[in-house]
Amino acid sequence: MHAVVTIKQVPDTSEVRIDPKTNTMIRGGVPSIVNPDDTHAIEAAVRLKEQFGGKVTILSMGPPQAIIALKEAISLGADDAVLCSDRGFAAADTLATSYVLWAAILKLNEEEPVDLVLSGKQAIDGDTGQVPPGVATRLGWPQLTYVRKIREIDFASRRVVVERVADGGIEVLESRLPAVITVGREINEPRYASLPSMLRAARFQPRVWDKTYLDLDPQQIGLRGSPTIVSKVWAPPRRQRDPVVMVPNADRDPDAAAARLLDLLAEEGVLDWLPAAAQAAK
Amino acid sequence: MSEPAPAAPRTKGTARRAVPKPAAARNGATAPAAPAGEQTTMTERLAEEGKDFSDHKGVWVYVQQRDGEAAAVGWQLLGQATQMASALGVETGAIVVGHNVRHLAEQAITYGADVVYLVDAPVLAQYRTHSYALAVAEVIQRHKPEIVLYGSTNDGRDLAGAVATIVKTGLAADATQLGVEVETRLLQASRPDFGGKLMSTILCKQHRPQMATCRPGVFETPTPQPGRQGRIVEEPFDLREEDIPTRVREFIPEKRSVDLASAKAIVSGGRGMGGPEGFEMLEELAEALGATMGASRVAVNAGWVSYEHQVGQTGQTVRPKLYLACGISGQIQHQVGMQDADIIVAINRDPNAPIFKLATYGLVGDIFEIGPALIRRARELRARSAEREPVAARKNGS
Repeated sequence: MHAVVTIKQVPDTSEVRIDPKTNTMIRGGVPSIVNPDDTHAIEAAVRLKEQFGGKVTILSMGPPQAIIALKEAISLGADDAVLCSDRGFAAADTLATSYVLWAAILKLNEEEPVDLVLSGKQAIDGDTGQVPPGVATRLGWPQLTYVRKIREIDFASRRVVVERVADGGIEVLESRLPAVITVGREINEPRYASLPSMLRAARFQPRVWDKTYLDLDPQQIGLRGSPTIVSKVWAPPRRQRDPVVMVPNADRDPDAAAARLLDLLAEEGVLDWLPAAAQAAK
Repeated sequence: MSEPAPAAPRTKGTARRAVPKPAAARNGATAPAAPAGEQTTMTERLAEEGKDFSDHKGVWVYVQQRDGEAAAVGWQLLGQATQMASALGVETGAIVVGHNVRHLAEQAITYGADVVYLVDAPVLAQYRTHSYALAVAEVIQRHKPEIVLYGSTNDGRDLAGAVATIVKTGLAADATQLGVEVETRLLQASRPDFGGKLMSTILCKQHRPQMATCRPGVFETPTPQPGRQGRIVEEPFDLREEDIPTRVREFIPEKRSVDLASAKAIVSGGRGMGGPEGFEMLEELAEALGATMGASRVAVNAGWVSYEHQVGQTGQTVRPKLYLACGISGQIQHQVGMQDADIIVAINRDPNAPIFKLATYGLVGDIFEIGPALIRRARELRARSAEREPVAARKNGS
């Protein structure tokens, strides 16, 4: 079995601070992490390897510092890792990103046929979830998104059955392999890195592929290859609200506070039944 | 402007480098076949010919459906689409894909569609990415809209990502605000980033159609007009079952028992509720007020209440008339899910909790004193009103 896991190194968005004067992200000191959903994809791939034997290759597109994310993936049980990195890839949107990853998967496929591509369902910075469908469409492979469980998988007969979180319920979907599967938190608990894996990761050097090695069309990469751009970033205007009417120590006389609140809500008319009832109580 | 005659294949004689095509791979990994007869997509041709998109007209909505029932987001987006189409002076369109779904095309017209493209075939009875993406892409390439909107549901995102790659155009994700710049005819799709701290506006300047997935529950549902006129265009679709690589073995419905998106009043609990017992009390309060119960991520993660109640960035976005936040501090990830409520009441022990900056009314104190008092008072009011008017205001909680 050869599984490719596409991952992304992202800023830890819970740590991101916004400069209130310029409304831009304060980049300094924000830790970079492997996108959380991707860690679940890595775990899923490694478990398949443990069950069926074979190899897990990590693939990512990013700046040179993303090597740290690849090494972390190695420490979580992956065997090999490739970083697609090139100045020409900068400012890529999801279409331009899926183009690069597609080309890289084809290259990996030439080295050793790929049975499965796994990915986190979306990245916490862009939040689009659009790259794996792009990769699947370009490969001509089925895409199975929002998979919460792999029920059955058979590499010999090239079949997989998954449970997919669809709208309104769970879809049990059967697909041929190879396929592209995206997963979220529900699928598994990622392991902690073992000491042998960490040592291996420390010594591991991922391969780095640039646009020349991948023989890419310059019109389809980076800014050039991106139909969408972020035209402006702005702080959402807070809805104009009057300053809050505060009731301190409301629990000293809770019944009075409750009565007053319900009177206020009756005036505001926000509960259908309330105005008539409040009126009746007078 | 009529379509230019098909050019000679573009792989020769242009400065563009050819897309790498591997020797026949054993597992069939290749580039997807372009739609029949086209070496390049329409948008690529237009982009190279000076970016004239004048033959791309119309603002469309993909009407997501399952088993003949439309997702509410489709109607919400039709409301947006009709506004934008009107500003641009073009038609509002809808795409309906499925089997035996003509009634949804008719419904789309009542919600504002001037034209509905209906792709109705047995092979489309159940949603599958491969068949639906091809169906939608073909309709788009045939009829050339300038804007297409999808709900950013799981299936909507699944579909739109594939369609955007087939058509080779731009796709903005999870827009919570939509607008159109009339002079440039550009769609402005805006969405929150970094946990909602900032908004970004995404533009798709040189590709058509401009596409966006849009968050359900954010946009108002337009009032349907039953007599409204429109056209239904039936689109051919001849994909064979054998050519679809997936099969739906079964679908296990999980009916949302908690409909937060359409709730008019929500009573919501957070960390301050302390445990599942706190939510039992809130359940009573919600019932007494005729409200639906919600929760913050903290409470859901702690296992005090199920995920269906979650409001916030990773839960649902709600726009009720009344949002009563109990023991919720008001982190930004929660605020983005409820900040558009008409009246926000916060009850919290901590007067410095961020929620008080957002609230209309703030009660500082112990929710375990105030909550039961509210329950008592609400029940009392209802009882008295029932005495006077037995038939009248007995409204059930949603």
